[in-house]
Amino acid sequence: MTLADARARVLRLAVAPIDDVADAALLRRLARAAERFTPLVGLDPPDGLILDVTGCAHLFGGEAALVQTARATMHRAGVSTRACLAATPAAARALVRFSRLGRVAAVDQAAAVAGLPVAALEMEPEVTQALLRAGLRDIGDLANRAPAVLAARFGAEIAEKLDALQGLQDNRITPLRRPPDCLAERHFAEPVGDMACIEAALQRLAGDVGGALERRGVGGRRFLVTLFRADGAVRRLTVETGEPCRDAAVILRLIRLKLGSLADPVDPGFGFDALRLSAGRLEPVTALATRLDAPPLADDSLSALIDRLGARFGREQVLRLCGYDSHDPDRADDSVPAQEAAEPPLMSAAPSGEPPLRPLTLFDPPHPIDALAEVPDGPPLRFRWRRVVHEVARAEGPERIAAEWWRAGPAAPTRDYYRVEDAAGRRFWLFRQGLYGSDPGLPRWFMHGLFA
Amino acid sequence: MNIRHASALPSVAAPDVSLAGIGLTRRALHELHAAGSAEASAALGCALVLLQAFAGGRPMLWVWHEALEREIGRPFLPGLADLGPGTQPPVLVRVRRTGEALQAGLEGARSPAAGAVLISLWGPARELDLTASRRLALATRASGTTVLLLQAGAAAAPSAAETRWQVAPAASRALAAAAPGPPAFHLRLLRHRAGLQQPECCVDWNRDDVSLTLRGRERPPLSGAVVPAARLRAGAAGGDGLLRRAG
Repeated sequence: MTLADARARVLRLAVAPIDDVADAALLRRLARAAERFTPLVGLDPPDGLILDVTGCAHLFGGEAALVQTARATMHRAGVSTRACLAATPAAARALVRFSRLGRVAAVDQAAAVAGLPVAALEMEPEVTQALLRAGLRDIGDLANRAPAVLAARFGAEIAEKLDALQGLQDNRITPLRRPPDCLAERHFAEPVGDMACIEAALQRLAGDVGGALERRGVGGRRFLVTLFRADGAVRRLTVETGEPCRDAAVILRLIRLKLGSLADPVDPGFGFDALRLSAGRLEPVTALATRLDAPPLADDSLSALIDRLGARFGREQVLRLCGYDSHDPDRADDSVPAQEAAEPPLMSAAPSGEPPLRPLTLFDPPHPIDALAEVPDGPPLRFRWRRVVHEVARAEGPERIAAEWWRAGPAAPTRDYYRVEDAAGRRFWLFRQGLYGSDPGLPRWFMHGLFA
Repeated sequence: MNIRHASALPSVAAPDVSLAGIGLTRRALHELHAAGSAEASAALGCALVLLQAFAGGRPMLWVWHEALEREIGRPFLPGLADLGPGTQPPVLVRVRRTGEALQAGLEGARSPAAGAVLISLWGPARELDLTASRRLALATRASGTTVLLLQAGAAAAPSAAETRWQVAPAASRALAAAAPGPPAFHLRLLRHRAGLQQPECCVDWNRDDVSLTLRGRERPPLSGAVVPAARLRAGAAGGDGLLRRAG
């Protein structure tokens, strides 16, 4: 019917245009909320989710209770749903869309599927029409026919779909997220809002995960805490370590540091329903045999300190400087996160007895300054930087550093660097970009760095 | 028979580091002040030399307040390498606020893995009061780490630091053809917990053994044994007879 017709029948009808993007975003959000039931959640666009709950039903008190809880959670998130639990994904999908059954045990699946209309095959409309005209109304009728005959008459696809529906062919779903290598989770009977209780629960989960990793002989380098709120919102926290770790106390300490440092603190809302701790990036760890009377191994290595600082301030804020073999000062060094880098060797530029040739700190980008210097390549006599005029007392240079021609091209300007010291003893690293006479425009002067 | 417990034996103290004739104890908090951005890079150079001396080969932590980048620029590794042969680059922790810098410094001070920690701040730090500095000092004593606090662009606040120095750049001894020589600094001891005094002095950077040599203290080379000048080096106590070192 048309919109005007509908408006005529129902006064105060709420109308909104179709927004596919928002619908897809809502579906993803609901998928995240559904992760509390199982880590394997797949999307079934445009309006469905497929959950692989093999082995999860006992946590919720049985399959029927699981279906009820899932529908209740979605209802709290503001969405009305139909759900069906079956033995294969294709059958579950067809049953939920084309029948009213809530839960189908494996033994009854064949009978239930046989009762589905042929529209459940989701073929082209012409094929469905052709099936109806041929008198085949439901899947049970089709099941009795030889598949070769059906494929010859209606196309090859129909045989595959029939096999999938009947459970002769079992496809796995494609989950949204790769399932974690090792996880421990805790579901609360009632939503918990107190952060102290959450931390106590995290402690037990850390012990469980640590024990599981120890039995496997591995340690994890990345730990993910997922908090499922009662209204469907999901909060994730990640903690990374430099060395593989399976000590529960260390993991918990890093998580506590992370919780304490969040810019947007964790908001319990009406409480958390479930908590999951998963470990990723597993790497083998050699076990150390300690003596019975030895004190416990202290957590005092440099990498543990780096992990704690990384958890508190962010992984990208704890850095190691490493050098590269480039004469361009901007590319001669770089900083990498300390958790990734090993200790690099250090190179020294000036020979012994000479003052430092490179400044302690560098401006990025260099600051333009006004300088007065002898033409063509004398050091500056006086320069003005940050509105202060400096009279140069001592200067050394020029040190010519040309741009890397294989990177910047032949037209990149050459820089002549000077080490200058002013009357007060402050030492600067300046450069003149461009040569008098050869490059167009007057050469320009810049301040690049400061010496001690 | 008198059996002594291991804890009752006197521990062999690690040799202290001396700066301009004053001995600096290892397990303590030391402060360096720079008046403004013009003096900040000089103070940073001094602080890095002291950091290498206190760490003595162990890992170093450098807490970098990002506000310093606007004033003096970002740390440059070849410049750090030019501090002297065999210097190791420290682990750099970048923070946005002074409170975070103090927390990072405290975390480093509490860990026995770090040999020395340098906290470099720009501007007035509200969180740096007597309590915070006392906490840092206690942490250094417990774990054996030394903490250097470099404050630039702020007035000195009361603190529990062992010593407090003011650093300013000084004209260097020129090399041939009026080239700038090795960096030189003016050092002034503002405060010492034991009450020692030291007039303002000038030190030169000695690159070969990563030390700061007092200017005016070097004696001309004698035939025969050479008397070593008072210099900043791990293992040599700064004794020139004028100053009494307490503790």
